[in-house]
Amino acid sequence: MKKREITYAAAIREAFDIALARDERVFLVGEGIPDPKGAFGTTTGLQETYGPSRVMDMPVAENGMTGVVIGAALGGMRPVLTHMRVDFSLLSMDQIVNTAAKWYFMFGQKQSVPIVIRMIIGRGWGQGPQHSQSLQALFAHIPGLKVVMPASPRDAKGLLLGSIADPNPVIFIEHRWLHGLTGEVPKGRYTVPIGASRVAREGGDMTIVAASYMTIEALRAAEALKDEGVSAEVVDVRSIRPLDSASILKSVQKTHRLIVADTGWKSFGIGAEIVAMVAEAGVRLDKPPVRIALPDMPTPTSPFLARDYYPTSVDIVRDGLVMCGRGKQEAEKIVNAYTLTIQGNADQPDPTFTGPF
Amino acid sequence: MDKHLLYQMLRIRMVEEAIAAEYPKQEMRCPTHLCIGQEAIAVGVCAVLGKEDAVFSTHRSHGHYLARGGSLPAMIAELYGKAGGCAGGIGGSQHLVDLSVNFLGAAPIVASTIPIAVGVALSVAMKKEQRIVVTFFGDAAVEEGVFAESVNVAVLRRLPVLFVCENNLYSTNTPIRDRQPDRPIYTMTAGMGMRSHQEDGNCVKKVFALSKRVIAQVRRGNGPQCIEFFTYRTFEHCGPNEDPVGYRPKDEKQHWKLNDPLRGIHGKDFETMKRQIQKEIDAAFAFAKRSPFPNPSLTSDVVWAPR
Repeated sequence: MKKREITYAAAIREAFDIALARDERVFLVGEGIPDPKGAFGTTTGLQETYGPSRVMDMPVAENGMTGVVIGAALGGMRPVLTHMRVDFSLLSMDQIVNTAAKWYFMFGQKQSVPIVIRMIIGRGWGQGPQHSQSLQALFAHIPGLKVVMPASPRDAKGLLLGSIADPNPVIFIEHRWLHGLTGEVPKGRYTVPIGASRVAREGGDMTIVAASYMTIEALRAAEALKDEGVSAEVVDVRSIRPLDSASILKSVQKTHRLIVADTGWKSFGIGAEIVAMVAEAGVRLDKPPVRIALPDMPTPTSPFLARDYYPTSVDIVRDGLVMCGRGKQEAEKIVNAYTLTIQGNADQPDPTFTGPF
Repeated sequence: MDKHLLYQMLRIRMVEEAIAAEYPKQEMRCPTHLCIGQEAIAVGVCAVLGKEDAVFSTHRSHGHYLARGGSLPAMIAELYGKAGGCAGGIGGSQHLVDLSVNFLGAAPIVASTIPIAVGVALSVAMKKEQRIVVTFFGDAAVEEGVFAESVNVAVLRRLPVLFVCENNLYSTNTPIRDRQPDRPIYTMTAGMGMRSHQEDGNCVKKVFALSKRVIAQVRRGNGPQCIEFFTYRTFEHCGPNEDPVGYRPKDEKQHWKLNDPLRGIHGKDFETMKRQIQKEIDAAFAFAKRSPFPNPSLTSDVVWAPR
């Protein structure tokens, strides 16, 4: 039987459709959620089916509306709030950090706050300093929040349904470049557990732990490394917090080589946390670990500058080769040849993806 | 004066005075904001509420919690950081909660509970319930952006919320004239599309009468309303002392002392009430002191609810 393949955006939409149909407590809110573009196609048509009281727009009031969904959750609802750009969620840090994350704790475990806050992160097309940040580390730092970043359509649907079912606040981070990718997605309802990573590709020579869109880059890199005789295992973390430390350790104990690839900044980021976790666990590494991440500066807008700003599979291949014993010059030669085989621009996932989004 | 209202006010006053007396022993080790002088608002508003109505409060929440019917022993134990506290000793004075009386929570981040109250009201509207939500806040809360955001949503969706502003003229030690232009708060909220009122918050009869009228309207589904009550806190912003001198004019303090909500009350009934309340307070403190401390080894199950 032919497997059913749909896009990541369609998988999200399907998860919403299922959640809205089966649980009348679920409602969606966000700026532009019911509009014809439907948050990059993730909510298109849902208002027509479920009505404006369950799929609703909102005033441009991120902090207030975050408090409102917290209150609605305390009142027995299961709201999902969407920020089409993660950057706008910063206006609601008070309600997310001071309130949502702490309510269950600070009132002695009386009431939890079952909300999902979707935040879309991105890359390229000139999104620049305030439209393209990757702030997962910021949220993952806060006890009381769960943070997930699915990389595949299958996980997007399963983790979204899992997040809606979770009694705690979940930050659900989608990379804009993933929305158009297709993959096998089962029909019907299923959940992917929060806090469990996924081995996206098995290998024995080195471990690449990747988050969100960097999983795609890691898989590309693993394929290129295979041609050079290097067998790379790719662990897609899926959940940033709680982090599936056991699975990461299991892989690194096998390979003794570690690269962490994240969409965020390098310093104090996801890579730092994972490398520290592995070091604290006392796992022997044959080579120093490598963090592949954004340079520690805000995102420039010019496509010319974006080329060097975003790390890609090329960087993973280069560091992977050196880590597995190739000389620097030899590695550079291989990387140069590999780079020629990669199509596309640094600010565009594929030619079908056109501006302004 | 209605005996029930007087009793409630006196009870709050005596509880706060008992806390002030015990606080210097350094056994209640959390920031504690006493509401002495402001009892009439909590009592007058809460006396109108039905059992199902929900209440949110602020850092200065003892009066609201007690007027709503929150457990006194659990509140005192919470101040002592004990397992028998209303939040298991984890929250302290600033995080009172009693779900059995729909006192859903109090928090010290100024204005932070206001959108949450609006959100509960949204759930009330979505589930077509009959209850209303009351959010108590101080004069400084209206300076926060989230206040305007919350009012906007409540008015837009005609939600059953009563906004109760306790204007005690000060935010910590900063007078309102240094923080807001010379325009009454209730005119600002009226300008935001919400029926708004102003009343003497130190006269429990007036508080009760206006609240009764307004809450009936909110309950009928006519959208949110706001009442600005004038009042004055007798004690310092935070702590067990009458004000450290300097930032509030003497004649101002004198004026409000003459307008204390419990002024001019005496007689035999009053003494009987006092004795009865004192007994209850003694029992609450005894319970709190007897209660064990919480389990010291916190694990992630106090942070996240189990699935």
